Amino acid sequence: MAAGVAAWLPFARAAAIGWMPVANLPMPVAPTNKNKHQDELIILNVSGRRFQTWRNTLDRYPDTLLGSSEKEFFFNEETREYFFDRDPDVFRSILNFYRTGKLHYPRYECISAYDEELAFFGIIPEIISDCCYEEYKDRKRENTERLMDDLEDNKDSKLPNMTFRETMWRAFENPHTSTMALVFYYVTGFFIAISVITNVVETVPCGSTPNQRDIPCGERYTEAFFCMDTACVMIFTVEYLMRLFAAPSRYRFMRSVMSIIDVVAILPYYIGLVMTNNEDVSGAFVTLRVFRVFRIFKFSRHSQGLRILGYTLKSCASELGFLLFSLTMAIIIFATVMFYAEKGSSSSKFTSIPASFWYTIVTMTTLGYGDMVPKTIAGKIFGSICSLSGVLVIALPVPVIVSNFSRIYHQNQRADKRRAQKVQKARLARMRISKSGSSTAFLHSKRNGLNQSLELTLPYYKMKLSPQGSLEEDQQMKKTTSLLESQHHHLLHCLEKTTNHEFVDERLYEQGYLQTALQNFPSRSPSLSSEEGITGTCCSRRTKKNMQPLSATHTHSHTHNLQELSALHIQCGEQQPLNTSRSSLNLMSDESGSLNCKSSGLVTTAIISIPTPPSNNSRASPDAPPPPNPDAPPLPNPGTDVVKISAL
Amino acid sequence: MSRPQECLKQLMSGDETSGLYVLMLLSFFPLYYWCFTEESTEDDFEISFVCHRPDDLDILQEETEFSKKELQFLYRAFKNECPSGVVTEDVFKLIYSQFFPQGDSSIYAHYLFEAFDTNRNGCLSFKEFVAGLSLILRGSIYDRLNWAFHFYDLDKDGFITREEMMKIMKSIYVLMGKYVYPSIHNDTPKEHVENFFQKMDRNRDGVITIEEFMESCQKDANIMRSMRLFDSVF
Repeated sequence: MAAGVAAWLPFARAAAIGWMPVANLPMPVAPTNKNKHQDELIILNVSGRRFQTWRNTLDRYPDTLLGSSEKEFFFNEETREYFFDRDPDVFRSILNFYRTGKLHYPRYECISAYDEELAFFGIIPEIISDCCYEEYKDRKRENTERLMDDLEDNKDSKLPNMTFRETMWRAFENPHTSTMALVFYYVTGFFIAISVITNVVETVPCGSTPNQRDIPCGERYTEAFFCMDTACVMIFTVEYLMRLFAAPSRYRFMRSVMSIIDVVAILPYYIGLVMTNNEDVSGAFVTLRVFRVFRIFKFSRHSQGLRILGYTLKSCASELGFLLFSLTMAIIIFATVMFYAEKGSSSSKFTSIPASFWYTIVTMTTLGYGDMVPKTIAGKIFGSICSLSGVLVIALPVPVIVSNFSRIYHQNQRADKRRAQKVQKARLARMRISKSGSSTAFLHSKRNGLNQSLELTLPYYKMKLSPQGSLEEDQQMKKTTSLLESQHHHLLHCLEKTTNHEFVDERLYEQGYLQTALQNFPSRSPSLSSEEGITGTCCSRRTKKNMQPLSATHTHSHTHNLQELSALHIQCGEQQPLNTSRSSLNLMSDESGSLNCKSSGLVTTAIISIPTPPSNNSRASPDAPPPPNPDAPPLPNPGTDVVKISAL
Repeated sequence: MSRPQECLKQLMSGDETSGLYVLMLLSFFPLYYWCFTEESTEDDFEISFVCHRPDDLDILQEETEFSKKELQFLYRAFKNECPSGVVTEDVFKLIYSQFFPQGDSSIYAHYLFEAFDTNRNGCLSFKEFVAGLSLILRGSIYDRLNWAFHFYDLDKDGFITREEMMKIMKSIYVLMGKYVYPSIHNDTPKEHVENFFQKMDRNRDGVITIEEFMESCQKDANIMRSMRLFDSVF
C-alpha cells in the first residue's frame, strides 16, 4: 500500500459499505484501535536542529528506522524527543521523503555521505525519484570508479605465491612492475618504430641507377629491408606467443582488440613467405603489404592517450553516426542540385550526380580544391549555400565528441555500459519487490492464520502449511504488523468474504498450488461450480505442463457437511499416472496414493481423515444434511471430500 | 541587349534551370514556416490552477458528525493528495487503486465517485467527501443502508434493477483480480446477483425498492452485523 495514501484508509474502509449488503458471508472482525490517540506531533532532534512532524507521517514507511519501533532506541526521556546524532542537512531530504513520498538527492551533497545517511535510516537508494536518480547514479559511478582506481594503484605490491605465468602477465600489462618488463616494453616499442619507419622508407626513391629511373629504396636494398622485416616480425611473433602463453584466459585474449592487431601486423609477412612461389597472387601479395601499416596500432599499448581516443570514438559512435548520416543526406541533396544546375553549361565537369559528390564533399568540408567549379549562376548560388551549410553540419557534432573525449580522458573511465543496464534491471526489480510487498503481505498474514474470523459458529481451522522456503517469511510475520497494515488486511479480507473467493499468490495460482483451507461454505452453488472448475483446470494444467519438483497433492475439498470437520488422510508415494479419473477423487484411506500425485520424493502432507466414508461414484444427492444446492451441476462425487493441500 | 537582359535570357533558357528556380522558391516556404512559427508551448503550460477552499471548520463540524480533530486529520489527508482542493475522478481512481494492488478498481471507484459526488459536477469537494464519510462512519444503520441503496442505484431513479446490480457486482469481482481461488467464472457475478435478488425482491417485480431493501437488510443478521463494523473504522 502506498504510504502516501495511508491517511485515506478510513475512506477506503468506508467505501466497503458497498460490499456489505451483497455479501453472503459474515465479515471478519475489524482490528481495534487500541491506542486511540489521535495524531500527535513528534519532535526529531537531529544534532540540535529540531524537526517536527506528525507521527502518522513517519508511520507511512514502517520498514525504515523512523517508521518502525527502532526509533524508540533514540528516544530521550527527559526532553521527550528523539535525538539523532546525524547530519541535519541530509536529514531534511530524508524527512521530506516521508512527507511527500519522493526522495530527492541534493546536488551539493557528497555521494558517500548521502549513502551513509540513507543506510542509517534504512532507506534503499533505489527509491530516489526519477528527477534526481540520474544524477545520483552518475555520481555513484564516478565514485566507485575512483575507488577502484585507487585500489588498483595499491595492488601493485607483489603478491607472494604468484606463478610464473601470472608474473609474466602482470609484467606485460603493467611495465612498471619490474625492470625486465620495462626493458621488454621499450624493446618492443623500439621495434615497432623501426618496423614502421622501414615500411615508410621502403618507398622513398633513393639514388638512381644508370637507367635514369628512380627506384625506391626497397627495390634497391632488398636484402637489407628483408632482414629488417624478418627481425621485426620475429620479435612480434615471440611477443605474441609469450602474451598468449601468459594470458589467464586465452580465449578472451585472442578475442581482444590488441591481439587481433598483433596478428594482423605479422600475418602479411608469413603469407608473403608462403606465397612467393605463386605468381598469380603476387598482386594480392602487394596489397597485403598495406596491412603492415597496422603495426603502428601496436603503439596503443604504449600510449594511454591512443587508447582513450579509440575508446572515445567508440563511445561517441552515435554522434559520429549522426554526423555521417546528416552529411550523407546533405551531400546527396546538394550533389543533385548542382548536377541539374550545371547541366546546362557546356564542358561542365558535373557529368553525373556521383561525380558531383566529390564537389559537394570538397565544398562542404571547406577544402575547395578547385578541380570542379560551377559555372552557371544557379550553380554558384547553390554552391555557396552548400559550403555554408557544410560548415554548420560539421561543426555541430564535433563539440560533443570533444567534450566526451575530455571527460573520458580526465576520468580514465572504462566502458561498461553493460553494467549500467544490469543495475537498471536490478533497480527495477527491487522497486517491484517493495511495491508488491503490499499484496504479498496480505497473503503472508493470511497464510499464517493471523486473520481470525468472527463467523466461527462452527469450528473450522486453517492448516498452516507453508510452502518451501518460507522460513524467512514466517520470521518476518513474527514482527507485529502495524495498525495500518492490519486495517488494510481487514479490508481485503472483507472483500474476500463478499465475493466468496480468496486471494492467492500469483506464483501459487500459476503453478496450481493452492493454499490449504478447509472452509465451511454455506450452500452456495457458485462455490461448487467453481471448485469443479478448479479440479478440471488443475488436473488438465498439470497434464499440460511438466510440473516442478515441488510436488503437490491436489484434491479439492468441499465439505457439504456443516457439522463435521472433515479430514483426509493422504500418503503419497511414487509417481502415479496422471489421468486421474473422477472416480479416483473419491478417497479411501488406502487408495489415497492414487490421487493426483506427482512425486519427486518425499511429500509430507497434512493428515486429514474422513470420518464418514462417502459412497463411490454416487451421483445421488449426498447423505448428510443439509444438502448442497440441488441445482448444482452434478459433482462427480458429491459425497467426496476433497482437500487441497500444498506440499512442503 | 543590355547585360541584365542577357543574364535573364541565359537564366531562363534551359528548362532545367527554370524548374530549378521554381523548386528553390517552393522549398523556401516550408523552411520559413518551420523556422518562424514559434510553437506555442506556453499554452501547454497553463495548468488549470483551480483552487477550491472548503467551508469553515465550524460549519463542517456542525454539518457532519466528526469532531474538529477528525476533520483536521481528514482534511490533511485530502489536501495532501489533491492540493487543488478538489478530487477529480482520475485522482480518485488512482488513490483507490493503491488499496487494491491485485485487481482493477477503476470501475468500482467510478461508482463510488458518482455516489459521493452529490452535486454531479464531476469533482469531489472536501465537503461532499466529508458528508459521505459522515453518513457511512457516523450515521445510523438506517443512514448506512440508505447510502448503500443510493450507491447501488446507479441512475438514481429509486429502483435497483438487475442490470445495475450486475454492473456493481462485476465491479466488485473485478476488484479481486486474477489470482484468486477459486477462480472467478463468468457466471459467478450473475449467480451472486440472482441470490441477492431472491433475497431482496419481495414482490418479485424485478426491481428492488428502498423499502424492500431496508426490510430485507434488517432481517438479515449478517448484514446488520457488518453494518455495525463501521462504527469502529474511524
